[in-house]
Amino acid sequence: MDTNDFNNTNGVFAHSFSFVIRTIFGLVLLNLLASKCFSQTDSTKTSQDAIYNRPFITIGKSSTAVGGYLEGNTNYFSEDGVSEGFSMEMRRFNIFLYSNIHSRIKFLSELEFEHGTEEIALETALLDFELNPALNFRAGILLPPIGLVNANHDSPKWEFIERPLSSTGIIPTTLSEVGFGLHGKLYQDKTIFAYDAYIVNGLQGNVILNDEGKTYLASGKNPEMFGEDNNGTPMFNAKISLANKKIGEMGLSYYGGIYNSFNLEGNIVEEKRSLHLIAFDLSAHIKKIKIQGEYAHTAVQVPNDLKGLYGSEQYGAFLEFSYPVLKRKIMGFENSVINTNLRAERIDYNVGIMQQTNANIGDEVSAIALGIGFRPSASTIIRLNYRYHLIYNFLGNPPAHLGGFQFGVASYF
Amino acid sequence: MKCALFILVLIALITGLFSCRKMLPQLPEPEETLAEPLEGLTQEQLLLFSLGDANFAHVFSKEQGLGPIFVQTSCEGCHAGDGKGNPFNNITRFGKYENGNWNPLYNQGGPQLQQRAITGYLAETIPSGVSSDELLPMNVTGLGLLEAVPDSTLLALSDSADGNGDGISGKVNWLSPPSYFIPKSDHITLNGKYIGRFGRKASSVDLVQRVTDAFHGDIGITSDHEMTDPFNYTVSGLNGDNVADPEIPFSMLSQTVFYMRTLKAPPRRNIIDPDVQAGENIFIQTGCAKCHVPTLTTGNSEIESLDNKTFHPYTDLLLHDMGAGLDKGYTEGSARSSEWRTPPLWGFGLQEDSQGGMVFLLHDGRAKTVEQAISYHGGEASTANTAFQALSESDKQKLIAFLKSL
Ligand code: HEC
Ligand code: HEC
Repeated sequence: MDTNDFNNTNGVFAHSFSFVIRTIFGLVLLNLLASKCFSQTDSTKTSQDAIYNRPFITIGKSSTAVGGYLEGNTNYFSEDGVSEGFSMEMRRFNIFLYSNIHSRIKFLSELEFEHGTEEIALETALLDFELNPALNFRAGILLPPIGLVNANHDSPKWEFIERPLSSTGIIPTTLSEVGFGLHGKLYQDKTIFAYDAYIVNGLQGNVILNDEGKTYLASGKNPEMFGEDNNGTPMFNAKISLANKKIGEMGLSYYGGIYNSFNLEGNIVEEKRSLHLIAFDLSAHIKKIKIQGEYAHTAVQVPNDLKGLYGSEQYGAFLEFSYPVLKRKIMGFENSVINTNLRAERIDYNVGIMQQTNANIGDEVSAIALGIGFRPSASTIIRLNYRYHLIYNFLGNPPAHLGGFQFGVASYF
Repeated sequence: MKCALFILVLIALITGLFSCRKMLPQLPEPEETLAEPLEGLTQEQLLLFSLGDANFAHVFSKEQGLGPIFVQTSCEGCHAGDGKGNPFNNITRFGKYENGNWNPLYNQGGPQLQQRAITGYLAETIPSGVSSDELLPMNVTGLGLLEAVPDSTLLALSDSADGNGDGISGKVNWLSPPSYFIPKSDHITLNGKYIGRFGRKASSVDLVQRVTDAFHGDIGITSDHEMTDPFNYTVSGLNGDNVADPEIPFSMLSQTVFYMRTLKAPPRRNIIDPDVQAGENIFIQTGCAKCHVPTLTTGNSEIESLDNKTFHPYTDLLLHDMGAGLDKGYTEGSARSSEWRTPPLWGFGLQEDSQGGMVFLLHDGRAKTVEQAISYHGGEASTANTAFQALSESDKQKLIAFLKSL
């Protein structure tokens, strides 16, 4: 270990904390200034509103509301001729509890039961204080907005049963964090500018040396992260997005900080290592086609002797098209819609070359998914999906082929 | 337009559903894959095989005992698809001659280098003043057949004094087996030593030893047979990881050994191709088959599919002096540093599929083509090398076509 590092610890500590504080103050100031130049109305929804844009919350209803969603599907997959056969999966049963404590104080929580009671998690439990429409203070267990899906992951909103690979393999959706910060929206004609900025405890050391055998951000989640930070230095998350009522919305998000537990009993026992995740996302309507996409890129500091084996850089991307082919009364359901959907995706868990052979490091997946979704009402979807993956191992040997069908339902209640 | 699109997607999905076989990837042809069990295993044996298969692919995390110093996180990481590996996963071993005796430097972390460490630990480096060599991961299929060849066959094939004067004097590696070794009835012993047959220097007597060493030396996983973590000797204290030992249950070790025993022999392709058949004759005429022995027979085995079977590995499982070009001063057991075990040539035609689309040959993977590999054949193999160089280009190609059919 570098002795320099040792001496600097407290400095870095103080530095990162003051950075966060300065950023927050900066944002507040920016806001107050901006609120002077932008008009403020609260009529248009952006992805920032996703957590409140759920059917169980209706304005004018009593101050507390209960809702949720349910999601299940069947699977039939085969990888190079090896199939586990047909099986059914009760993916999620999530309960929301919402309360309008005051016209400007809101409470929201989400309790998730995954695969029955196999995994129970408190995904959200937060308070929102509206200081003014352009400036809200949020604290609690929150979903950091990274990319398109993490803060907007309710299954009934999506046309496909599986979440995009970039949103699970690169961005560790669903990532819940305990933290606090600010968010708000500013309006100018038909354009909306939204921002979010939070400090959170952050992912932990198992980003590497985990049971995936590769750099995998989702393995850095740890139930203990709701109790205390593993290294006493919080991570930072921010998203800005620009929305236009007619065209759509695009966002740029960041999440990162030091992930390893570098200090034990007050001694610095490891070098500090950080990770950075940047995502660009968009959603738009061109004529009747709905387009959604995301590009996510990670840079992870890996100890020198583990470089190569564990990727220092990763990326993932997807692009999805949905086209409503039928919009009318079907089997007595007024306003039902049938969508045809296509998604193309690719992720690379390890960007780099093998020094020994100068060849590209594999660890890549390319996939395509086709689907038909029937929405008898906007909050319910019945869908049939087909997926095909080409999975390249580390050495880039001829890929494994995975293909299969899924049929499922998801609905808000 | 709308309707057309809808109907198209619907048709695609519905035909998909009804012709699932087309849209669900099928098994590769048996002659294109290594990862299959021996024919004729019972259901109980197939269960053990499947459990072993999963163990072989299992990735170890820090919490599960990986390291503290290690080379890879799973068997499959180095032996992708059960085939030969890529130089990215080469293992480095070191040691040194002291007064003519080989010292594997146990007290300095030898013989195997673990160049990676879990966080909070220091990875190993090669001590100064030692000899070292790199070893390419080997194909692990058909090993049960090789294991079941009686010691008497190896002794009969060996000719350490070159009694027949052909310049080839294969010898066996006599070794002191580990304490947990259980001899079989057909094992032959000499002054308490046994014959090694696995590894590039034939330094493991059986698959139990080889698999135990792989978990321990390659992944840093302790088992009932090896209870102490590998650790960095330059850091004081017996600094193992914080996971209780053994880090795997005995069943995991024995299932993995069973899996190694019961993977089928690599399949052949294009056997009736006239070039392949001509190439086989050239292979024999050039003297290759003196070491790369085409046919061996197993003795008695409690596994029916391995019991008294004749098979074609193209090895004699013996050590041969390969000359100075392949001698980097590193060795194991009673082998000399210029001596290497004849590698089986079965599976030769499928190796690109596990080596990352390229071919890497010889013990360290230095050769990229058959011609290069043969050009390094010195010592006992120089006659065969000279004979190969004298072949016409078309005969060389036929010989290569034969190797690719293996
Ligand atoms: C770091 C890469 C690496 C890992 C991980 C690894 N091996 Fe190996 N394996 C090798 C190399 C290199 C050799 C040749 C070594 C030698 O000469 O002793 C080898 C040889 C073998 C052999 C002997 C093959 C023969 O024909 O003699 C067996 C069996 C084997 N490995 C099984 C395993 C098992 C089981 C595991 C997991 C517990 C494993 N290996 C993990 C690299 C690896
Ligand atoms: C004296 C015994 C001997 C003879 C004769 C011999 N070989 Fe070899 N061969 C070996 C040994 C030992 C090695 C391994 C050397 C090493 O790993 O560095 C080897 C390696 C090889 C390899 C590389 C295999 C691999 O998996 O890396 C090929 C190919 C090969 N031999 C082909 C031939 C051909 C063709 C001939 C005839 C022209 C031949 N050999 C003659 C002993 C022999």
